[in-house]
Amino acid sequence: MSGYVGDVVALARKDLLLELRARDTLPAMLLFVVSTLVVFHFALPQGAGDDAAYGLLWVALVFTALFGLARAWVPEREHAALDGLVLATGDRSAIWLAKTVAALAFLGAAEVVALPAFAVLFAPLDAAAVLGVVLASVGICVVGTLASAMAAAGRGREVILPLLVLPLSIPLVVGGVGASVSSEPRTYVAFLCLYDAVFAILSWASFEYVVTE
Amino acid sequence: MIRAEEVEKRYGQRRALRPVSFALDRGGFLVVTGANGAGKTTLLRLLAGLAAPTRGALAVDASRDRLGYLGHEALVYGELSAVENLELFGRLYRVPERRERIGMLLERLGLWEARRERVSAYSRGMRQRLALCRVLLHDPELLVLDEPFTALDEEGADRLDEELRRLVGASTVVLATHDQDRVAGLSTGHLALVAS
Repeated sequence: MSGYVGDVVALARKDLLLELRARDTLPAMLLFVVSTLVVFHFALPQGAGDDAAYGLLWVALVFTALFGLARAWVPEREHAALDGLVLATGDRSAIWLAKTVAALAFLGAAEVVALPAFAVLFAPLDAAAVLGVVLASVGICVVGTLASAMAAAGRGREVILPLLVLPLSIPLVVGGVGASVSSEPRTYVAFLCLYDAVFAILSWASFEYVVTE
Repeated sequence: MIRAEEVEKRYGQRRALRPVSFALDRGGFLVVTGANGAGKTTLLRLLAGLAAPTRGALAVDASRDRLGYLGHEALVYGELSAVENLELFGRLYRVPERRERIGMLLERLGLWEARRERVSAYSRGMRQRLALCRVLLHDPELLVLDEPFTALDEEGADRLDEELRRLVGASTVVLATHDQDRVAGLSTGHLALVAS
């Protein structure tokens, strides 16, 4: 594989390999999402209804994603590897795209555990709800990877990341919850597709300016 | 190859580099000296395109993929081995026959035996040697080296000397150092920076 796609594959593969060796992101994400759902299971009053449960699922997923995104650029900070990538990569947006793919893989792995756990502990999830989760996850990773790159470049990254990501995640949560509980989920699914497309283009185009002065 | 006119860098109110002007022809070897805080690293980051000047004009006639930059850090991944790091960067730089090139560089810089160990287990000197492999991997036409002798033992410094001698005339080199004597026979120019 050559060219841009080859660069993205090589960079994403590197992220997965680093996680496989260090195991410092995915286990923590899994533990967090499962324990959050268990806590919510016991905290939610009996007869609270499925809608409240779906809301709690999104709280768990957004914060799990945030947890993963906070660590997304940690390997690049060590030994200033990001400078090396910035100098070596022809089209720097490949760095963002690869990191987004890796972040999505980690979040997807957490959701593979979280969604069945949710179905067991709370309520079943239909196809529209699962599609909503997938599309919202794409959106969170698209926006979150760019935001975490911005946060990683400055001081106070632990504070800056949630300040950037959480407001941008609100439309995704609205779309995701809507796709789960509405009798007309198509509108919400279409909204999530639009959000993903718009922010993917914006993030892809602006990443160059985030990693260079 | 490089033309700098009154290039200055500020970070907010703090001046990191006083206005500096110089020119360097293709194949030249410029040694940059100066006390701590004089702006050597800042100047080299500007030349590498990792930062932009606040004022002045800087023209570097070398595309990014033909530039090799050695900074204070190794710019590699600690959890990957030397070979994996160089494979990744070689791929991004589109290095032809990169397996052979990587093997040759690891041999030349004395890392062949440790090529499959993770970089996090390397000593600082070994990381510096790996950084040099990364810098030389794509056979750059412009080398920007920030205190390359730091952390190297005698053997490592001698190997670097050999590499620099090999590059003289073939590549353009900008090298920042506190030890000007080490490169006295190689340099074609000298730029002394003054602390802000």
